[in-house]
Amino acid sequence: MLKILKYSFYDLMRSRWSYVYFLFYLLLGLVLLFLNNDLSKAVITLMNVIIILVPLIGTIFGVMYYYNSKEFTELLLAQPVKRSSIFLGQYFGVALSLAMSLVIGLGLPFIFYGIFNSNAIGNFALLLITGAFLTLIFTALAFVIALTNDNKIKGFGYAILLWLFLAVIYDGLFLMSLVFFEDYPLDKFSLVATMLNPIDLSRVLILLKMDISALLGYTGAVFQKFFGTNQGIILSSVMLILWVSIPLISIRRIANSKDF
Amino acid sequence: MISIENLHKKFGKNQVLEGIDLEIEPGGIFAVLGPNGSGKTTLIKSILGMVIPNSGSIKLNGKSVKNDWKYRNNIDYLPQIANFPGNLTVRELIRMIKDLRSYKKAEDERLIELFKLEAFLDKKLSNLSGGTKQKVNLVLTFMFDSPLIILDEPTTGLDPISHLRLKELITQEKQKGKTILITSHIMSFVEEVADEIVFLLEGKIYFKGGIPALKAKTEQPDFEHAIASILTTSYA
Amino acid sequence: MRTTGYILFFLFLFSWKGWSNTIEVCSGCNFKSIKSAIEAANPGDTIYVKKGTYKEYNIGIAKPLTIIGEENTVIDGENKGEIITIQANNVTINGLTIVNVGTSYTTDYAALRVVKSENFLLQNLKLQRLFFGIYLEKAKNGKVLNNTVMGDAVEEFSSGNGIQLWYCQNVEVKGNRIEGVRDGIYLEFSDEITISDNISSDNLRYGLHFMFSNNDIYENNVFENNGAGVAVMFSKFISMKGNTFRKNWGTASFGLLLKEINDSEIINNNFVENTVGINIEGSNRINYTNNDFRNNGWAIKVRGACYSNIFSRNNFFNNSFDISYNSKLNDNSFDRNYWSSYTGYDLNRNGIGDVPYRPVKLFSYIVNRTPETIILLRSLFIDIIDFSEKVSPVFTPDNLMDKNPLLKPVSHDIY
Repeated sequence: MLKILKYSFYDLMRSRWSYVYFLFYLLLGLVLLFLNNDLSKAVITLMNVIIILVPLIGTIFGVMYYYNSKEFTELLLAQPVKRSSIFLGQYFGVALSLAMSLVIGLGLPFIFYGIFNSNAIGNFALLLITGAFLTLIFTALAFVIALTNDNKIKGFGYAILLWLFLAVIYDGLFLMSLVFFEDYPLDKFSLVATMLNPIDLSRVLILLKMDISALLGYTGAVFQKFFGTNQGIILSSVMLILWVSIPLISIRRIANSKDF
Repeated sequence: MISIENLHKKFGKNQVLEGIDLEIEPGGIFAVLGPNGSGKTTLIKSILGMVIPNSGSIKLNGKSVKNDWKYRNNIDYLPQIANFPGNLTVRELIRMIKDLRSYKKAEDERLIELFKLEAFLDKKLSNLSGGTKQKVNLVLTFMFDSPLIILDEPTTGLDPISHLRLKELITQEKQKGKTILITSHIMSFVEEVADEIVFLLEGKIYFKGGIPALKAKTEQPDFEHAIASILTTSYA
Repeated sequence: MRTTGYILFFLFLFSWKGWSNTIEVCSGCNFKSIKSAIEAANPGDTIYVKKGTYKEYNIGIAKPLTIIGEENTVIDGENKGEIITIQANNVTINGLTIVNVGTSYTTDYAALRVVKSENFLLQNLKLQRLFFGIYLEKAKNGKVLNNTVMGDAVEEFSSGNGIQLWYCQNVEVKGNRIEGVRDGIYLEFSDEITISDNISSDNLRYGLHFMFSNNDIYENNVFENNGAGVAVMFSKFISMKGNTFRKNWGTASFGLLLKEINDSEIINNNFVENTVGINIEGSNRINYTNNDFRNNGWAIKVRGACYSNIFSRNNFFNNSFDISYNSKLNDNSFDRNYWSSYTGYDLNRNGIGDVPYRPVKLFSYIVNRTPETIILLRSLFIDIIDFSEKVSPVFTPDNLMDKNPLLKPVSHDIY
């Protein structure tokens, strides 16, 4: 698997898309910092970007890479290489190069700006970690979708739909159920609903870290109490890891029974 | 060498292989023929493990290929469409494939010379013409010394000289005692190189045997007509 | 130095007047306790309390006197009860350190209490480990200047207020620093009070608290990191100018709470990083001018009926919500404010946006209705519905807008 990862990674490192992605983050970081000149404000703006764009880019890039490397895959399939290694290798190649673009692209301007001497370092680190996690999650989901759809257009469609669902529609349903059941205690429900969607989970984790928690009122206090404990942190990490590993297991399973 | 028993494969509602029983003995060139959609490529891909059969078994030297991948070390495969990752150069691709089969010695340099590919070594694969890609494809296939070689439409896009070289190459390999499986649409090519014909029709083996036997069976004087007569009688 | 200065000044003053005596208190003096000195003093006398710790409480002052302490003149009440009670006009207390006031659940013990007196001056005092600090009861025409009140309050029910005014009139409270008490400054039924240049921070409840008090002014004060900044309740004609309300963070926290306040003005104040900048309930005819709202959760939260309030020339920078309303009705006007989230344009370059700005987001309306929904803050879905509401308002008051939003922040220093 490591060999495949290596080649996928090399392949991506040369494709201009990784550079576009990397430069985009670099530019974003620079613009945010030097136009805003306020570190914690920049971190908040960045959060909005990370929560929406990172999943979208992860999804599209994952699907695109899968379809574009179909030939590569077929070449590999005839070689003495384990099937799951091929796909997991490719997956990690894409996911890691995306995550690296994100972390380095955003990290450089912030390091340059002096994040290490700032008290926003914790928030910033959390931002990058959740960003990396979202990349891993959505690239994995993209691979699952691409593996189950040989039709490129369909695959892209489903991938966008998935992103749309988790980034937008889910919150709409969430909001509607909160308003609809407003007479009932909703803390547990909100907690569970947040945990189930990786985008919401990341958003809330970052929000709570960013001192906006006071805005969140009573619900926020409940969340703070939950996510503030070790148990909460472990549970949310477990959720994020599950969100990576379940698609990965699916990739393995689908790859092993698929015809090429 | 290869023994296939009762092989079935369905793609959706489309039954492609309907109970293939095939025994391929070591040594010699076997041509797998049949009309479009008869299941040639599916059969080959099943042997390679790229297509997973619904039922039946494939054994290579007595060992089942199911859930195994190491056996592919003993197969050299030339895919039908020569598509490669576009970002790599020819040299990198060759190095990569060698890397994936690390313990095999390869004679890539001789083949590069043979197909005059030296000038293209540092070009990206996405910039190569179809014929050049096919040559690279051939180098990748023949550079290892495996006992089984599978060639899916090897002549596609080749210029006459390369075509000749390919034929020489196939003959050489045969003389080393290897088993070679070929699919092709070019009947003259098949007639020239094949020792035995495996004719697939509607997912079943319609005929297996030497060219003279085929001629005798169809009562046709030459090979091309023999094939044509199978098709006309079966579709009549 | 300063104390010496004052001493010289008063020495000069009183010796010139001729009719007053000075009395010294110290461990080696004739008078070893403050109480005995007060008892012996004639009205108008000055008592110098030399440095040292005096373990006394229930010190009553019933005649006009001046009591002056040195740098380390400490009165230790040993938590036994009230320490100094003034029940006479023309009393001055200067430069004492008063510590360890008794705590009681039935009596409001203070470090220093003024009862039914006029023309008092309390200055340069240091109050520590206290229950109530300075308690003015039915007092008039006095001054409370440059004192430091450092409490160590932990629970609201077992702590008192730093400076409390009850039924007072015409008192100046200036330059004091108050920390760690329940309410920094508390006014009840007190009129014509001026509160200026004070710093009130880290108090359990409010930095400054008005109840039933009218015609008062507070300006240039700083209220920071209190349970809540300032609460003005059931009062009218209050002028609030140039104050800073900062970091009043907490689930139920705010910079300024207005409840049943009428005919007042709020000018040139800074609201920075509060959960709610101003929380307004049932308040009418108030002018909000030239204020800055920066990085608050809600800059302004309007609850209940509020009529004829005018918001103009204020700056709203990066607040999560600029304005929140809980009804569809609006009778307040917003004009010529700067809104950092304004996205309109100015084609004729007159500095005023050509498209009105709607400061109430749909999400703030939803949050008012169902507070739990706040958990969706900064979600993309919320941005989308906010945008659609902005385009065609359905739930938020459709006449609530700033028709002349400024493109550049108002520069307040000009005024």
